[in-house]
Amino acid sequence: MTVEAPSREIKEFFPEDEDYRGLLDRRSRRARIFQMLALLALIIAVLALATLIYTIVNDSFGLVAVVNQNEPEDVVADLGYDTATTSLGDLSYDEMVGLLETSLSSGVGRRLERDQRFYEDRLVFETDAKWIEVCSSSEPPSGCTLGPRNQANVLSLVQERVIVPDIIAAYELVPSLLDPEGFEEEVAAGFASDRFGDYTAGQASIEWRAWFSWTFITSPSSAIPEVAGIRTAILGSFWLVVITVAFAVPVGVGAAIYLVEFAKPSRLNDLIQTNINNLAGVPSIVYGMLGLAVFVRVLEPLTSGSIFSSGPPPADNGRTILSAGITLGLLTLPVVIISSQEALKSVPNSLRSAGMALGATKLQTVRSQILPVAMPGILTGTILAIARAIGETAPLILVGAASFITADPTGPFSKFTALPIQIFQWTSFPQVEFQKLAAAASIALLLLLLTLNAAAVILRNRYSRRAE
Amino acid sequence: MANEGNVGLESRSLTKKARPGELAIRGFLFFCGAISIAITIGIVYELGKEALLFFGDGQVSLVDYFTTTVWQPQAGSFGIWPLVLGTVLISVVAMVVAVPIGLLAAIYLSEYANSKVRGFFKPVLEVLVGIPTVVYGFFALTFMTPLLRGMLGSSFVGFFNVASAGIVVGILIVPLISSLSEDALRAVPDSLRQAGYALGASKFEVSMRIVVPAALSGIAAGLVVAMSRAVGETMVVTLAAGASPRNFTLGDDSLFGYILNPFESAQAMTGYIVITASGDLSYNTIDYNSIFAIGLTLFFMTLGLNSLSRRMVKRFQEVYE
Repeated sequence: MTVEAPSREIKEFFPEDEDYRGLLDRRSRRARIFQMLALLALIIAVLALATLIYTIVNDSFGLVAVVNQNEPEDVVADLGYDTATTSLGDLSYDEMVGLLETSLSSGVGRRLERDQRFYEDRLVFETDAKWIEVCSSSEPPSGCTLGPRNQANVLSLVQERVIVPDIIAAYELVPSLLDPEGFEEEVAAGFASDRFGDYTAGQASIEWRAWFSWTFITSPSSAIPEVAGIRTAILGSFWLVVITVAFAVPVGVGAAIYLVEFAKPSRLNDLIQTNINNLAGVPSIVYGMLGLAVFVRVLEPLTSGSIFSSGPPPADNGRTILSAGITLGLLTLPVVIISSQEALKSVPNSLRSAGMALGATKLQTVRSQILPVAMPGILTGTILAIARAIGETAPLILVGAASFITADPTGPFSKFTALPIQIFQWTSFPQVEFQKLAAAASIALLLLLLTLNAAAVILRNRYSRRAE
Repeated sequence: MANEGNVGLESRSLTKKARPGELAIRGFLFFCGAISIAITIGIVYELGKEALLFFGDGQVSLVDYFTTTVWQPQAGSFGIWPLVLGTVLISVVAMVVAVPIGLLAAIYLSEYANSKVRGFFKPVLEVLVGIPTVVYGFFALTFMTPLLRGMLGSSFVGFFNVASAGIVVGILIVPLISSLSEDALRAVPDSLRQAGYALGASKFEVSMRIVVPAALSGIAAGLVVAMSRAVGETMVVTLAAGASPRNFTLGDDSLFGYILNPFESAQAMTGYIVITASGDLSYNTIDYNSIFAIGLTLFFMTLGLNSLSRRMVKRFQEVYE
């Protein structure tokens, strides 16, 4: 179809009278305005990104006013250490368990022990006989099957139960840097107007808090926002990615190889291709519902691991990492297939012809010639698909990410949580501290994704240079 | 040369006798391809089965589902329109925000920008695509909502509102519109542009009167895909648009004051599914089955939009010689 120059407007472009000059000026002015508007659109997009990152970073650092029920220095000094050289995190595992023994009531202590034991070989709060009785009941608590706690876990408990920090006011990063006195005044005014309940002004200390910090990354989740970290979430996400990749990459690359190398044009193969394109556009929540209906419910004996082991499984139902991992695998499968197809199609046909000319079978050609050349493209596509899977939240909610767990996941049959889930939960709580946690976790997630994307770009560049 | 006897081979076709290992691997590869069909069948079957349970329960009839405008599970009323209204409102706000920005950005990138400028803006757009939607939800709740409430007053704008979610979803889909439109614009052959310049047209006139109309099928298809993405968006909607369905009665409720008001909360279909699934959910209750009915509706909506987009490309595609 040819494009014709607008004929009636030619007269507009070349009028007979002197209005010609004015017309040209008007047109060029319009052209300039349009160009500025288009550039403005791009700038708005950049501004949106900048605002988003600014909001997150602004919320993740700042001054806080905190009241501790027991100051960490006092606790350390009570144990006989020099507070100048030793801090709470330097205490040994046994010392910390000892602290818990002395500070907690036996009821609370027993409950904690039933959630997860402190030692493999002895019980701290429970008698041996009672423990056996509890574990052989019809619904044994998770502590019966989980391994013992670790250093980070117990440190978190000590902070939760012995130090009991309470953040009463928090400031954002930019105000903290520009106007720290303003925060002090705000806190003083708060005490004057009795905003902080029972606390007195002398109890509160104002300190700098980096919500996103190494402690944040290594601490397990906690009910108290002051102490909570993303350790369990990161481990959960890691396990999920492993299972997703283990499922999606072989099946996806296999399907791509079939569709590009072996499939003859037929109704069935056309249907498969259309189907894959459709699946790539299905909202992720629908995959979550598929996972809920099939993996969590119907295949529960398989996914909860109860057909593999004799004792009670770590999670008592199908809401395990395995179910979530396969669901995410199904979600990323169409994307992996399509990007692998692109990579395979970009391999020049001369390689295929050469292989056939030498008498190799199709499979031999694919394995030794085509696949190595397409591998960088396939890898890049896989990394990008993984990056997408890490950020998915809705399917995980449906498949049953646990709302609150502090134990590290130990295998594919554990209960789990993931980084996006943690962000989602913390965002939905109204208190300011949870917002800070959500912002800090967002930084962690974005850094993780940045690393993955950078790896994909580096891979692409390195191999495209090699191919020349 | 009629020397076949000297070759020493029997006269059988080399292609027919495949090695057994080869057949097995080929079978495995075909199986991989066929898994995708199994997934689709699985989705439709599972969603359909539970949805049928939903309708077969006796409490809800298909007619009620599609005609009632009140969604209130406790009161036994299961009309889908309030949730669809929420989804559509948010998607429309998103498109109103994203289409001008995305389209103009695409035109600038394809017609005006040199490679340095493109090298700056394209990575920005790629980063926008890569940000997880839950982080966008956080952004909507902690930045966009206070901004709207500050600008328009907190009595006018509710804490959960459609506009906040819609604008952020719009930001989310700008890169999608931009890249699909840019592909469509770049597919227009340069000869058309050169012809325009030769006739004395300015860059603006060439872009808007020649290139964009030529690329219209691709652009429109891209817009439909973006709409489908906005419809399926979950986390931003769940966090920022609220958890109360906008039940309404046509005729009784004011159209612009209530039904189409973007500054109040309105639960979307995806939001309902997430909220219900993350609460106490026991199998075979009407709540459990209801999320599958809504999920099935959502699946068909996005499937319809995606198919429409593909058909638009095929039917209206310009063929250049």
